[in-house]
Amino acid sequence: MSLRTSWIDRTDRIDRTNSADRTDRTDRTDWTGRTGWTGRTDCSGRTAGAGDSHAEGGRQGGRGAERARRAFMNESGTLTVDAQGLSSRELNYLLRACALDRVCGEISVKNVAGQRYIGTNLRRSLNLEIYGTPGSDLGAFMDGPRITVFGNAQDCVGNTMTSGEIVVHGRAGDVVAMSMRGGAIFVRDDVGSRCAIHMKEYGDRKPLVVIGGTAHDFLGEYMAGGTVIMLGLGLAPGEGHRACFIGTGMHGGRIFVRGSIEAHQLGREVEVVDPDSRDQETIMCAVERFCTLFGTDFAEIANSRFLKLHPRSHRPYGRFYAARDSGG
Amino acid sequence: MKSYIPPQFTVERDDRRCNMCRICVEECSFGVHYYDEKRKTMRAREERCVGCHRCSTFCPTRALTIRTHPAEFRPNANWRPEFILDIKKQAETGGIVLTGMGCDKPYRIYWDHLVLNASQVTNPSIDPLREPMELRTYLGARPSRFELTEGNWPVGCGEMDGTHTLHGTDGVHRIGADDARETSGFDVSPDGASPAPPPVRVEVPILLAAMSFGAVSFQVHRALMQAAQEVGTLCNTGEGGWPAELRGFGRHVIVQCASGRFGVDADYLNEAAIVEIKIGQGAKPGIGGHLPGEKVTEAVAKTRMIPPGTDALSPAPQHDIYSIEDLATLIYALKEATNYEKPVAVKIAAVHNAAAIASGIVRAGADIVVLDGFRGGTGAAPKIIRDNVGIPIELALASADARLRAEGIRHKASIIASGGFRNSADVLKAIALGADAVYIGTASLIAMGCTLCQQCYTGKCAWGIAASDPKLAERLDPEVAARRVVNLINGWSLEMKEMLGGMGINAIESLRGNRLHLRGIGLEDWELEVLGVRGAGT
Repeated sequence: MSLRTSWIDRTDRIDRTNSADRTDRTDRTDWTGRTGWTGRTDCSGRTAGAGDSHAEGGRQGGRGAERARRAFMNESGTLTVDAQGLSSRELNYLLRACALDRVCGEISVKNVAGQRYIGTNLRRSLNLEIYGTPGSDLGAFMDGPRITVFGNAQDCVGNTMTSGEIVVHGRAGDVVAMSMRGGAIFVRDDVGSRCAIHMKEYGDRKPLVVIGGTAHDFLGEYMAGGTVIMLGLGLAPGEGHRACFIGTGMHGGRIFVRGSIEAHQLGREVEVVDPDSRDQETIMCAVERFCTLFGTDFAEIANSRFLKLHPRSHRPYGRFYAARDSGG
Repeated sequence: MKSYIPPQFTVERDDRRCNMCRICVEECSFGVHYYDEKRKTMRAREERCVGCHRCSTFCPTRALTIRTHPAEFRPNANWRPEFILDIKKQAETGGIVLTGMGCDKPYRIYWDHLVLNASQVTNPSIDPLREPMELRTYLGARPSRFELTEGNWPVGCGEMDGTHTLHGTDGVHRIGADDARETSGFDVSPDGASPAPPPVRVEVPILLAAMSFGAVSFQVHRALMQAAQEVGTLCNTGEGGWPAELRGFGRHVIVQCASGRFGVDADYLNEAAIVEIKIGQGAKPGIGGHLPGEKVTEAVAKTRMIPPGTDALSPAPQHDIYSIEDLATLIYALKEATNYEKPVAVKIAAVHNAAAIASGIVRAGADIVVLDGFRGGTGAAPKIIRDNVGIPIELALASADARLRAEGIRHKASIIASGGFRNSADVLKAIALGADAVYIGTASLIAMGCTLCQQCYTGKCAWGIAASDPKLAERLDPEVAARRVVNLINGWSLEMKEMLGGMGINAIESLRGNRLHLRGIGLEDWELEVLGVRGAGT
């Protein structure tokens, strides 16, 4: 997984406590600097007073000033945010500030380059368009927003996500949809390894992951619920999926695969069956959405054969232990 | 297959006292006692007895005595009875031998080889009966330095009440006129660096350890949270989610984010006081957990957010964490999810490299490091792992504290020690070795009735503690259980104040990491060196 920003963040944190260093960063102080506290103008042209800042975000000095500089609302009501040069924390802070303004229903973020945790703390329904490459943990713990990425995504997309939708016009890295428990993720191309690991469902919370291309190893490992659909669109004729250990430890949920898979690629806990009519309905519904999102030819996919992988048991390790019935 | 496993306990019934009321039949969840209709007498299936003493405690005429079974194998220093029994058990089942609670092997218990100091003549001891003694503790990162500025300070700004005196941001805490307008701190420091969240205050440095709903009953969960609220400390939910009915205790709750991510959503994280990432557990370092499907009842399923009846599998690693860098990613994901308002703790099992790992955890951005020693309890663990993997908390704690100090990062995180604390002296010794606070799990269960029969994994707990069967769980009254835990913590607090006073210390902060107040007895040089204490008499 990516090593990029975490250590740099920490190093920065230490460096920046040095006051000599801070004077070189005058461009930063204007938006979070506590001196510029009053009379800022926010993106919608209203003057943001202390009351506005305290309303929901609270205690955040200078928020409006940076919003004014970074965020621009066009006539159709879409807010455009420039992420150029912002750290993850700064960008998310700014997005949260914008999202807390209920007027705004759509935010378009330009020049995204590796910023993590986008969508994590935006707890409302909101359309977020990302241009560039968002960093790891896109939509981690997310509850509500709909994110469209025009580019590739990195690792841990939708980590422990509760609700909302993530659409990636490109590929996604490792550990997509880990422990996801609601909402949907659509990836146009391939995903890395460990996709949908320990995805789970309860009641009407049923997560969905649709992969346009193929996946690497350990797809659906420990899967406990939800639906994964792998379309294999990028595969050459006659070429099968290459992932191994698919569904190792799987004990819930279902994986639908278009394209061939050999028995040796499957985990021991998985069996292959033909989808029934209800499964077909699930598949077609998701595929239709996929085709609408990415402009793919629905008929081509709809007429293909899907395999259904599902767990042999809900208790894969039930006989793993020495039962105590024999006493002792 | 006939079982070759001999009974472990013998049931002695005094027929002169027994009035055949059959309460023992009702109370025993393992089916030991029964009434023999033909012979009109009470009988016992001794091979089922686990020695939990539920029957003898509730026998109204005190007719029952449970003893270790007198039958013995031929003495053999190598093939001890325990190994013979485990082999027989595995020969009959072909599985892993499970057990509950912490390691019960006679490894050296360092608490028993450490003694505390007291004042004599040269500095006066303090009488806690007439002088205030401070056990209050703050958990979380501390600022690197303080800056005091001149100006008009508003009322309350100078009070050291903890709400703003410890408010670090970019590692520097500034108190002064500028802070007057926002004494509660600010979210982003001027240079955009990550701020430390405000530390969490506890009135006693004793926290209630992580025990998941599912492993223990709802009643136990409620009792622990209620007790935490009453004494002003914190209770850890464990990794099994946080029942909706108990969300009101939020300010006294630490929530866990473990490899299974059970019940973890934005509300769960935001309603708690602290978020803890569970990497490992002292009783079973390196492995995950399997809550068997039969324990996943409707309530457990709802709380864990998985379908009822399926196994709840916690994978051994967190699959988004394969390195310290990945850990940092999750720490900051949780900080983002909680708007940087809550300390994030990382819990690891005490293993050989615990000190170096602790250093990595602090550098990854954690505000609290939790070290869980190998005597820490569990609801279910492979016996072979519980008894053979990990190191004592005393050594792990001492080396981690020393390492963080040597690297100059000790102030960036609090240390919570965990795993087998038996009394208030153990707690004080841990604090002198460098812990900010300790977790007690087993001790709190013993307060509720547990007798350490180690059958937690069976789901048949006769005391209604590690019970998933509603009938057994109802045996425990949460109000009474909470009272017992509150009493225990209050009793330990009084004892700690007495011992502190004896040392001439009036605040637990002054003992923290103060190893000069400890001396070792009967320890080898290397052990004294790791513990960082001198031998008694030197």
